[in-house]
Amino acid sequence: MAGGAKPEFIVIGAGEAGARAAMALRENGFAGKVTILGDEAHRPYERPPLSKAALTDADEPQAAFILTPDRLDEHGIAHRANAPVTTIDRAAHEVHLETGERLRYDRLLIATGARARKLALPGATPESVHYLRTFEEARALRSRLTPGSHIAIIGGGFIGLELAASARARGAEVTLIELAPRLLARAVPAAIAGVIAARHEAAGVRLLLGTGIERIEAVGERHAIVLSTGERIVCDGIFAGIGAVAETALAERAGLAIENGIAVDERLATTDPDIFAAGDCCSFPHALYGGRRLRLEAWRNAQDQGNAAAKAMLGGSDAYDAVPWFWSDQYDLTLQIAGLADEGSETVTRDLGDGARLDFHLAADGRLVAASAVGPNGKIAREVRLAEMLIAKRAMPDKAALADVSVKLKGLLAG
Amino acid sequence: MNTAATNWIAACDADEIDEEDVMRFDHDGRTYAIYRSPDDEYFATDGLCTHEQIHLADGLVMDHIIECPKHNGRFDYRTGQAKGAPVCVNLKTYPVKLDGGKVFLGLA
Repeated sequence: MAGGAKPEFIVIGAGEAGARAAMALRENGFAGKVTILGDEAHRPYERPPLSKAALTDADEPQAAFILTPDRLDEHGIAHRANAPVTTIDRAAHEVHLETGERLRYDRLLIATGARARKLALPGATPESVHYLRTFEEARALRSRLTPGSHIAIIGGGFIGLELAASARARGAEVTLIELAPRLLARAVPAAIAGVIAARHEAAGVRLLLGTGIERIEAVGERHAIVLSTGERIVCDGIFAGIGAVAETALAERAGLAIENGIAVDERLATTDPDIFAAGDCCSFPHALYGGRRLRLEAWRNAQDQGNAAAKAMLGGSDAYDAVPWFWSDQYDLTLQIAGLADEGSETVTRDLGDGARLDFHLAADGRLVAASAVGPNGKIAREVRLAEMLIAKRAMPDKAALADVSVKLKGLLAG
Repeated sequence: MNTAATNWIAACDADEIDEEDVMRFDHDGRTYAIYRSPDDEYFATDGLCTHEQIHLADGLVMDHIIECPKHNGRFDYRTGQAKGAPVCVNLKTYPVKLDGGKVFLGLA
């Protein structure tokens, strides 16, 4: 950084990662200028409630703001809403805003997140198919979830399933269509996906697995999904949750390396040493999994990487190696996953009672690489947290002990 | 603190809580969390996380930290101090005393 003038750090993106990074800069003693630039009209808010409480709460929902105006003031963080960035001029160390304004930076964090992948099907238009990523989209969706209305959800991933549960809670009829033969095919083991599928069916969701879609048609004010089986599903709203696409365009135009996301090194630096990236938009090598390059779309990763990026921007050299962690709430069930289940070659199951189960995923050498659990949150959360600590320690726990619910995981951690 | 005004409520037997663990205690329409530290001291806080109203007693105690089972918000249960995102509001704490092998919670 140039000496003399007060250093200026800019964060592009006012989501979880960007907001956390801005706060972490202060927590780590940075005294220069901190500016968060956001596309949206709001202060940074939490996205996880958008598919849950924002849809199901009896009262009209409010965005769950991460930072109050007082807190922003107290920490001297400037947040600019409605401020899309058009260009990063690396040579000049400037970002250009849509307004034409240019802002100087000494170090820059790109935390632009991801956007909903759009459905590419005949008849899929902004009028016929809706997505859920922003507070406004949650509000629009909420208005469609009325008792007796029929909602069709395309995609049996986390968003689609949470939306299905929320829609049922509001009394809407739900049909969920998934192309793969089971739910959450990339995220959880079949047995856990089976528990979730059964819960949705018990709640009255019509699950159509292994089902393709031909096209979408307008039917007066309503729409119909034409399945590959020929069946037509007429409904009052179609929502697609078919994955997310990293927001890399800005980085790409600036000539930064892209590799399934903005490519960063283990300390979250891009190929420009003054530019860092964090959260859903970046891919990074994970030390715990042999340097395997990952891009995670997860709330906790966004937070943890926001913290880590702030330290790196201040010159830190720590490698980011937090255990990946995901959760989803559907009805009275919580699903939690720590680690990467696909790194495992063997599964050991611990029955936690009350229908809760915890699957440990072990690599061929016996190392614990992941844990997935489903059940009431109070039954599984502590166990998954301990499993996460075992994963971080690269523990090779005894299989019989893992399977035995009377053996405390905390005890294995000490061993 | 005016201890004279404290209303001591018997919450549980001291040995009902393991060392470095937590137990839920409900009283008069409110929920509390009672902790036994690794150094065998007892503490009490409000039972619900200040972030999303989750029962902390389902969370993990490590040393003097209770971690919320929902989003891993962390508090020092001795002081109630929030230890970082996503929690920023401290937990209310309550005095605790042991008497005759029982844990008593001091409510105003």
